[in-house]
This record gives sequence, C-alpha cells and structure tokens, in this order.
Amino acid sequence: MKKNLIEVKNLEKYFETSAGLFSRKKSTIKAVDGISFEIPFGESLGLVGQSGCGKTTTARALCLLDEKTSGEVNFYNSDTKNMESIDNLNEEELKSFRRNIQMIFQDPYESLNPRWNIKDIILEPLNIHNIGSLSEREDAVVEILKTVGLTPPENYLPRYPHELSGGQRQRVSIARTLIMKPKFVVCDEPTSMLDVSIRISIMDLMLNLANDLEVSYLYITHDLAVARYMCNRIAVMFNGKIVEIAETEELLKNPIHPYTKRLISSIPVPDPTYERVVYDIDYTELDNIIATDTGNIGMVDIGNEHFVATHDVKGIL
Amino acid sequence: MQENILEVNNLNMHYETISGEVAAVKDITFHVKKGESFGLVGESGCGKTSVAMSLVQLQADNAKISSGSIKLDGQELIGLSENELRSVRWDGISIVFQGAMNAWNPVIKIGEQIREAIREHYPNNTKLQNIEKIKELFEMVGLDESIIDRFPHELSGGMKQRAVIALALSCNPKLVIADEPTTALDVVIQDQILNEIKKVQDLLGLSLIYISHDIAVIAEMTERMAVMYAGRIVESGPTKDIFANPKHSYTRALLESTPSVVGDKVKLNSLDGEPPSLIDSIEGCSFAPRCPNKTISCNSSLKSELVEVSPEHFVDVCNAESLNT
Repeated sequence: MKKNLIEVKNLEKYFETSAGLFSRKKSTIKAVDGISFEIPFGESLGLVGQSGCGKTTTARALCLLDEKTSGEVNFYNSDTKNMESIDNLNEEELKSFRRNIQMIFQDPYESLNPRWNIKDIILEPLNIHNIGSLSEREDAVVEILKTVGLTPPENYLPRYPHELSGGQRQRVSIARTLIMKPKFVVCDEPTSMLDVSIRISIMDLMLNLANDLEVSYLYITHDLAVARYMCNRIAVMFNGKIVEIAETEELLKNPIHPYTKRLISSIPVPDPTYERVVYDIDYTELDNIIATDTGNIGMVDIGNEHFVATHDVKGIL
Repeated sequence: MQENILEVNNLNMHYETISGEVAAVKDITFHVKKGESFGLVGESGCGKTSVAMSLVQLQADNAKISSGSIKLDGQELIGLSENELRSVRWDGISIVFQGAMNAWNPVIKIGEQIREAIREHYPNNTKLQNIEKIKELFEMVGLDESIIDRFPHELSGGMKQRAVIALALSCNPKLVIADEPTTALDVVIQDQILNEIKKVQDLLGLSLIYISHDIAVIAEMTERMAVMYAGRIVESGPTKDIFANPKHSYTRALLESTPSVVGDKVKLNSLDGEPPSLIDSIEGCSFAPRCPNKTISCNSSLKSELVEVSPEHFVDVCNAESLNT
C-alpha cells in the first residue's frame, strides 16, 4: 500500500462576483467544484485542462494562498506520522506546513524580485523561516545552486535576474523552492515560457531532483505531452471538476471521458505522417452536460486505478 | 513545376543598437510555391519574426536590410517607396501577428475595423458589398456574423484570433504570413484555429508562411519547412523529409526534445547551453558550441554553405563530407 503525502477530498473554491458596481445581484463562480485526489510519496500528479478550468485555483487553495470554500485537505505530518487536516494547524504547525509545500510559478520573469541579486533571492526563504546560522545559510545557497546546475555558483550569486536567461531564471526559482527541502512542490506551468531546447533540461532537472530529494509534484499544465513526461498520474480537469484520473500511460492509451479524448486529440504530433484521430463528439452538448451538472458527480473505477466521472459515462461505456 | 509566389534571396537584416549591430537575419534564401504552406521554425530570438517583418517591411526603425532580394510574384519589394509598399501590404502579403488578437482597437466594432482595411484597398466597393465580404470571411473562419457588431472585449481569445485571420484574408492576399498565431491560446482552441487555417487554405488555395517555435505544429501545418538558428536557415526542405531524415544537428536536437502524446514514451534529449548572442560576429558554425556531434573542424572559421542532400532538402554545413558519416 502506497503512503499518501497529500489527500484532497471534495475541495471547493467559489468566487462571488457582482454584476456591477452598484448591482445587488450576486453570482457564484464555481472555480473548483468538488475535486478529490491523492498523491503518494515520491509520485507526481499532472493536473491538465484548458485555461480557466480551475487548475491554478486548486493549487492556490492547496498552498493556503487562498482560503478554500469547503472540503478537506490532509497532509502527512512527519512529526506525528499521521495525515492531518490543514484546517486544524496551529501557528507553529502552519509554519512547518508552509516549509514543506512550495510553489514554482509560470513566469520566471515576474516571479523573481528584479532588485535583489540571486543570493538574496534564494536566501530569503531561509531568513524568513530562520533556518541555520548565516554562514550555514550561505553554504546552503552555494550548494543548491550547484544542484540546479548554475555552476560555478560564485558567478551567479551577485547577479540580478535581468542578467540571466529564461532557463537560468527558472533554475533560480527551482533553487529558491528546493532550498526549503519541501516534500511537496506545486509547479504551475513552469516550462511553458521556455524554449523547447531549454524546456527539456529544466524538466529533466526537476525529475532528477524529485528522485534525489524525494519531492512530489503537482504539475499543472495544459500540455498533455509535457504532463506525460513529468507525471506518474494525470488528472483531467474541466469546468472545475476532475473528469478523469489515471496512471499516465493508461490515460493516454485508453481515454474514456469525451473531454479527455478531445484534449489528447488536440495535441499536435511532431510527426508529419501521423494522422490525428478526430473524435466525433458534440462538444457544446458536453459543455452543457458538465456545466449544468449540479455536483454529486461520482467517479467510477474502471480498473487499473482509472477513474472516470460518472455523469456521462453511462452513454459512453 | 509549381510557380513560386515568393522568392527570398540572400536576405540580410540587422538592428542598429547602442551596443552594436545585431545581425538578426543572415543570408537567408527560401521560396514559397503557389498554394503551398511553408513553415519557419526556431527558438525565440532566432530571427523568425525578423524575417516576417522584412517581408512586409514593417521592421522597427533601427532595422536595416543591408542586402538581398524579396520577390513577390516577380515584383521586387526591396527599394519600394512607402506608398508602393502600402499597396503590397495586405493586398500582396498580409500578416497575422503574434498576439494580434490583442491589437484590436477596443472602442471600434470588429466589423468596422475589417471594413476599414477593405475600404483602403477597394475604395470603389459599396458598404453593403464590404459587409457581404466580411460575412463571407466570418463564415470561412467559423465566426457568427453577429460578431460584426461586437466590440473586441466581448470576444474570447479564440474568437478574436479568428477575426484576425478574417482580417488578414479580407483583401485577397497572394500570401499570408502567420506568425505564431496560436501561441497565446489553449491547446483545444489552438487545435480549432489550426483546423480553420487548414480549411481556409484548401478553400482559397492560399500560399502560407507559418512561423512557430513548436515543431509539432509545423509538422501538422506545412508541406515544406525551414529550420532557423541564430539568424540563419540551417536546414530546409519537404517537411516529411526533414522529420524522417533530419541532417543538421540542431534539427535533430529540436526533434529529440519535443515530447509527444502518441507512440511509446521516449527519453527526450536536452540541448546544453543557450543560443549565441547575435551581436558578436560568429565565425564558422553558430551551432558548434552546443552541438552534440561537434568535430574538430567545426571550430574552424570555414564558411558554411547549403548542400542539397536530397531533392529540395538543403542543409547548412561547413564540411559537406561530414554528412556522409
């Protein structure tokens, strides 16, 4: 039995919007609408879907950057060796939780402070959490720069973000994240702004680090090809709900949900002789079914730990 | 033999900056046949967009075309006056810019903005004729005709991009340049737009230059392609040929670093290093510092040349003999 690092049950995040400045009409946007998943130790889960489907909102709720509307998030506490709900953390535990859960953002140009040099950027989390003496912290920074392949570290420490290329900046982001020795890292499209030749080196770096440091990723992307490379399992999200979740190769070879099929078939294939399968599905109809489904979607297990949302499985299975 | 709609020969373009000349387009030669879709692929900063801008001569003020020739349907474009160029742009070559969907004027209705372009080139058309034309275009790109009376902010990204394509087609251009038309879009929307472009291309027999950093998109969209690196075309030829039999190490590296959702999961190879700065003049092969198959002769200052390895398939090499290995 695999040990879970994080368990999410029926997570919901709603946003209230009003029609206008003086309007009393309020409407609710269900950005994340009752999703459940778990991530075992050392495994990575890909969260895949169109823009606006709630991927980033899920991530922000998990990291406690936004307060969730309802649902349960349990995280493995290494001190008590138990799964503990993140709702009941006291201040001390909250700090340790935040140390263990980190984020890498999409845009390496905007997520690094332009006025700080690389050393200060990577030192900051250590300073905030007051870890080690100053000299220990500085040693840790040098060490982590080597780990992420920015060598020799002396060359990078005094430099500023604008002096680095996109790939190097993303390495700095990764260094800043991993210096806390987190157990769980949420990656929000960390390679989508990078060039193809640089992208693979960053993805390989993250995979190696996951192996060496036993980090689990929640990897958010709209590109299934990237998710395939990075993740053990993939969850497909649509309109705030997870419609299908399975082991990566199983999902790609045997997609059940029409939206998953559509997503897979919309990825261009780097082979001019390959003819993509076009699924004959009424997508407007599908949008309607899913959008009007008022919750209570269950997931059925069709074997091999492959789960599909039940709402239109009836017609398809 | 198909006729060429566009012939570019030995085009050189550089930007004059405070720190020196940046050679963005170096000695580029290619052609586009009538009704063909031609792909230009490469990483950011390799000069793809600079080539596109040179073709319509909309490059920035500090950009200078130092030599070369651009012939559209036999007409030389270099050296034309601004007035002459006005009739070439949109009528001869139209361009779908990168992120063009954000270039709509927010306070003017979409239909009116397209009508403005048509009016400029067909001053004798009646308003009704123009509106009919726009309806026709919208149908082609899969937009409802009610969009004519909408403002840009009322449309989604995909719809705006479709409208941009309609705009690019509005003056019946001989050649359309699509510069990363789907980069800012979601995969599903990207797929729809790509299908739309393909459909329109078939319907109108359009000649198309498709620019992208994504070699998978190029594989789907084009019949012939060129790979650019550091301002040069390093390999060009029929798309199928290049994918089946890539000759240049950079092309191979691009193919090996592109993940796919079909086939078996393969280990992807990364490419060390970064593209060179174009401000320094580069002796010999510009890819040599990153090349996994580098030999001693690569570091020399041999001048590279395009070698035809199979019909229409050219590779830029310093040492033609190395191709046999």
